Amino acid sequence: MDPLVKKYFRQDMLPHIYCPGCGHGTLMKDLVKAVDNLGLEKDQVCVVSGIGCSSRSAGYMDFNTIHTTHGRAIAVATGIKLAKPELRVIVITGDGDATAIGGNHFIHAARRNIDMAVLVFNNNIYGMTGGQYSPTTPMGDFGTTAPYGSIDPSFDIPTLAKAAGATFVARGTVFHTAKTIRLMERAILHKGFSVIDCMSVCPTYYGRKNKKGDAADMIRWQRDHCVDSADAKLMSPDELEDKLIIGETFHRNRAEYTSDYQELIDRCKGGAQ
Amino acid sequence: MSGKRVLMQGNEACVEGALAAGMRFYAGYPITPSTEIAELSALRLPVLGGHFIQMEDEIGSMAAVIGASVAGTKAMTATSGPGFSLKQENIGYAAMAEVPCVIVNVQRVGPSTGMPTSTAQGDIMQCRWGTHGDHPVITIAPSSVSEVYTEIIRAFNLSEKYRVPVIFLMDETVGHMREGIEIPDPDSYQVIDRAMPDKKGDNWRPFAVDSEKDVPKLPPFGMGWRYHITGLTHDERGYPTSSPEKSAAFISRLMNKLALNRDDIISCDSYMLEDADIAVICIGSIGRSAKEAVNRARAKGIKAGVFRPVTVWPFPDKEVTELAKKVKRIVVAEQNCGQIVLEVERCVRGACPVTFKGKANGSMLMPDEILAAIEGGEN
Ligand SMILES: Cc1ncc(C[n+]2csc(CCOP(=O)(O)OP(=O)(O)O)c2C)c(N)n1
Ligand code: SF4
Repeated sequence: MDPLVKKYFRQDMLPHIYCPGCGHGTLMKDLVKAVDNLGLEKDQVCVVSGIGCSSRSAGYMDFNTIHTTHGRAIAVATGIKLAKPELRVIVITGDGDATAIGGNHFIHAARRNIDMAVLVFNNNIYGMTGGQYSPTTPMGDFGTTAPYGSIDPSFDIPTLAKAAGATFVARGTVFHTAKTIRLMERAILHKGFSVIDCMSVCPTYYGRKNKKGDAADMIRWQRDHCVDSADAKLMSPDELEDKLIIGETFHRNRAEYTSDYQELIDRCKGGAQ
Repeated sequence: MSGKRVLMQGNEACVEGALAAGMRFYAGYPITPSTEIAELSALRLPVLGGHFIQMEDEIGSMAAVIGASVAGTKAMTATSGPGFSLKQENIGYAAMAEVPCVIVNVQRVGPSTGMPTSTAQGDIMQCRWGTHGDHPVITIAPSSVSEVYTEIIRAFNLSEKYRVPVIFLMDETVGHMREGIEIPDPDSYQVIDRAMPDKKGDNWRPFAVDSEKDVPKLPPFGMGWRYHITGLTHDERGYPTSSPEKSAAFISRLMNKLALNRDDIISCDSYMLEDADIAVICIGSIGRSAKEAVNRARAKGIKAGVFRPVTVWPFPDKEVTELAKKVKRIVVAEQNCGQIVLEVERCVRGACPVTFKGKANGSMLMPDEILAAIEGGEN
């Protein structure tokens, strides 16, 4: 058995529920690799997830894990982080979980810049409920609730995260494992609200509905259409037309919420009240 | 502050009592008539090293409370009607995942936005059945400012002991009333903290118990006991299951956790019931009107008394069944169109007539209105 699987996965909970070729499994393994590279104690890692195929991954990993309600992972994680700032809080969520039903918590946690790494396993579809269109389904694409092609404009998660106040923003993919692992490490270490738009693949629903071929074809598409953010700066809009920008897209440091709260406590305890 | 006599508002007593019980985390969203609870928590918590956070909505507030509790902190949120509706999904999660927490609902007139500053008791059934599915829940309804203080302590204790969400059901009258109260000495009450597992064996099953009367001992996250929490039906390991056998065992344990301990949870207040022919049953602030109505009835030679469930859920069913055998008639007085009366009728089982006196217009049910019902005038 792969030593990483042995070390970080709950053997008695496997096999997982994922369809063959689902990108979520790869991303889950990327995360444990990142934790391993950082040498974090398992007891200090807390994984919080919402509801969806993506969110099921929390349970397979041998950390402090909590699978919450649809869209609410970031709000639960906010309570955990405030109550125990020493925990490394990692949120695993889906595109629907994070930006539809959980959109409000997503933007407000970003605004607060509370220290947590949010990994959005983005498969451009609602996988768990059988292929309905999501806020990241590209316009014109099909879902079971978009039988004529979606007329909804879609969110670009990194742009949304940056606008709301996230301080480390990046995109990874299932194909670019080494890069994605590295980004996950940085997101975990970053003191503030980090978001990685982890481009997953859902061959079962998104792939089939949109004639994207099988899982290998979808992952090959990622190989052929991704451009690193550093390289993208040197490219023209025309060249970037059908490209997906990956890597770090935004990074800055500003006051972090739990640290500021600790300062407030120190101030109140010191002062008269 | 203890031992001192102070003038205090119900909402303030709720915060002070909660702090005395060990509450160190509050997440909420402002709503009348509960807002003073958030304001005072914001003022007091950081001084005690605790945390207050104003979340983006009530759904997030309930979620953050669950998170803080899972991390080992006693946590509370407060709201009123519209916000209470929004919290329901995560209240169910807390019941399912056995996360201790206290939810204060200072009731106002509904449905919908209703009358934000007016008193009501229209959320009694919502406390019991507001979230979907069968689930255990405790609800406590105080009737005075001093009772708010002592009962919120009991609410935290029961929540920690049984690992359930406890709904602290106030009403606008109790929340905004000011009374002189004696702050109880900390030696006069017990504060229950979360039980920790005994030792970590190789095959630790976090949700396993010896008998259905027992409560799983789940340690806070980050203390070396790594386990999984989920809102999916789960087995003793905390892993999701769709097995009908495991699911049956799960729901039976979850429900029996409270049912088998009901005597420890149920608390009722009785007033002049010893020789009573007529019992008035009511909860919360209406207990005050009912006592005065009973005094006036007694002055007229009518033997009346008051039975007031302080623990509303689990409902004191046996107690009401017994009461119905002793009295000639029961009057149920409540600030709604008929909620507690449904439980009372279920427990009375025809043993005596039941008169319902309800009011749902935002003004308080007055002693004379209850007296009229005692005298048999109104139905
Ligand atoms: C309140 C609520 N509404 C709806 C659902 C049904 N539901 C479960 S998962 C899901 C969508 C998940 O999609 P996404 O977050 O993109 O994750 P994926 O399954 O694609 O990984 C929905 C709508 C639910 N569980 N709870
Ligand atoms: S439905 Fe899609 S997202 Fe869900 S497990 Fe299958 S491939 Fe993965």
